[in-house]
Amino acid sequence: MTLGFDPRRDPRKIAIWTLVALGGVVMVMPFAFMISTSLKSREELYDLRLFPLAPTLENYIYLFRESRFVRWFLNSFVIASISTASVLFFDSLAGYVLCKYRFKGRQIVFIAILSTLMIPTEMLVIPWYVMSKNLGWLNTYWGIMFPGMITGFGVFLMKQFFETVPDALIDAARIDGLSEFRIFWEVALPLVTPALSALAIFTFLGSWTAFLWPLIVTNSASNYTVPVGLASFSGEFTTEWNMIMTGAAVATIPTLVVFILLQKYIIRGVILSGVKG
Amino acid sequence: MLGWYRSRTVGQKQAVWAWIFLALPLFFFVSIRLFPTGYTTYVSLTDWNLLRPKAFVGLDNYVRLWNDPVFWQVFANTFKYLLIGMPISLGLSFMVAYYLDQVRFLQGTIRALYFIPFLTTAAAMAWVWRWFYQPVPIGIFNLILVDLGFSQQPFLRSTSQALGSILAPAIWAGLGFQIVVFLAGLRAIPDTYYEAARIDGVGRWTILREITLPLLRPTILFLVVVSSIGFLRIFDKVYNMTVDGKGGPLNMTRPLVLNIYQLAFTDYRMGYAAAQTMVLFVVLLAVTVIQLRALRSK
Repeated sequence: MTLGFDPRRDPRKIAIWTLVALGGVVMVMPFAFMISTSLKSREELYDLRLFPLAPTLENYIYLFRESRFVRWFLNSFVIASISTASVLFFDSLAGYVLCKYRFKGRQIVFIAILSTLMIPTEMLVIPWYVMSKNLGWLNTYWGIMFPGMITGFGVFLMKQFFETVPDALIDAARIDGLSEFRIFWEVALPLVTPALSALAIFTFLGSWTAFLWPLIVTNSASNYTVPVGLASFSGEFTTEWNMIMTGAAVATIPTLVVFILLQKYIIRGVILSGVKG
Repeated sequence: MLGWYRSRTVGQKQAVWAWIFLALPLFFFVSIRLFPTGYTTYVSLTDWNLLRPKAFVGLDNYVRLWNDPVFWQVFANTFKYLLIGMPISLGLSFMVAYYLDQVRFLQGTIRALYFIPFLTTAAAMAWVWRWFYQPVPIGIFNLILVDLGFSQQPFLRSTSQALGSILAPAIWAGLGFQIVVFLAGLRAIPDTYYEAARIDGVGRWTILREITLPLLRPTILFLVVVSSIGFLRIFDKVYNMTVDGKGGPLNMTRPLVLNIYQLAFTDYRMGYAAAQTMVLFVVLLAVTVIQLRALRSK
């Protein structure tokens, strides 16, 4: 809302700003302590000052040498990338068809896909596990990522966004003799890039931070994702808090970098999903 | 084949392409979502440890669940997470959004500070908070308490404090998302409403109660549901903040999802675990249906 007065001279505004800003600083204190401790040597561990007296990378070097964090990082990265590519392609294709094509059964297909949004993951992990066991997918990338290759939420989101693409444009492309797939790929898809970018970011972060299913489907250290690896690593190092904080920092820093680089798209995406959902 | 396709009408051609494009997604949704839902329902009616064939036992698992004190403990814990966590987290995030909306200086940066915890790996943050709760000289919370002249608190080791200690980071992590959605909702309210109220000389609290909150109703309902579902499904934090991921001490922090995980993948009691996922499903469904009802009745 607009202000009817000069905020610089209004003491109430200054008080509000100070409190809200202080709250924001408190919110990120856990990250500050995590990173600060990851840079401390064992001697300094119990000294809780925020800026280490003698910052060192020895924890990181030890972590990358002695644990399998590099491997877990690679696993998470490959899995999140493939899942995101698949979700972007199939969710937008299905959303496009459900939005722009008129055919018998369209409504039923849409309701069936929408209804899957009501089914919680926890209800599906038992069948997924049995399936993975029978088909030899335990401890494989495919086993970790197959449940997230297409999402009902994304189909729904993309269908809503294709509404903004004028039908006349598609009809014109059809008259020009473009194939149905090229109409989707070259005409419609470029017009919904804001929705695609939001979907991409959330799918990637969702995959990067996923915990329950990767925990169930992997049981050998070389196949862990970062969060599962961190849980097992921290469980072993229970008292070496500087090592645990280093692991937590390694797991968290990529998400912080993604946020700093793509902040605008992320906030917009949250608002989109909040308003549409 | 090609001749057949060419002789179709435009509408029929479209239908052919629609089904070609939808084939893989449909196969996926049926085989990875819908069929497994039915399969879990069936497993909940059996006694099965993955090794022997399933033995059909009817409603035995549900009867056992009804008489199982651990289940009721877990069920109560789950609702404690919901009934304490959801109101606090919505209240706090509304307060921050309401005041943040009134300031312009560095607004985007402050919003970003609140939002960051939402994006980060929950498992990692759980370990950071677990460290905060450690006794002196390790944990910062106890160090502060002792510095201020209070006695140390056991936090995660206490049957009465552990659940709240896990709830704190859960609330912390969710605030940013809710603040961003609340801010968008607040901005969607036309300024003319406020100007009219101000001309009439209406006070700040009356404006909040009579204009802002009623107009935010859809936003509030949306966030109530998203937040409720989040607290009802709490898992990562409890697994990472309790010893061996057991939801202790004495099951006092163990939520439904953790119980399901332990039953299915440590004890291999698939039928019993499946029955508990059915309970979770019904609870989540009820929350959503109540929201839809509330949205319709204006």
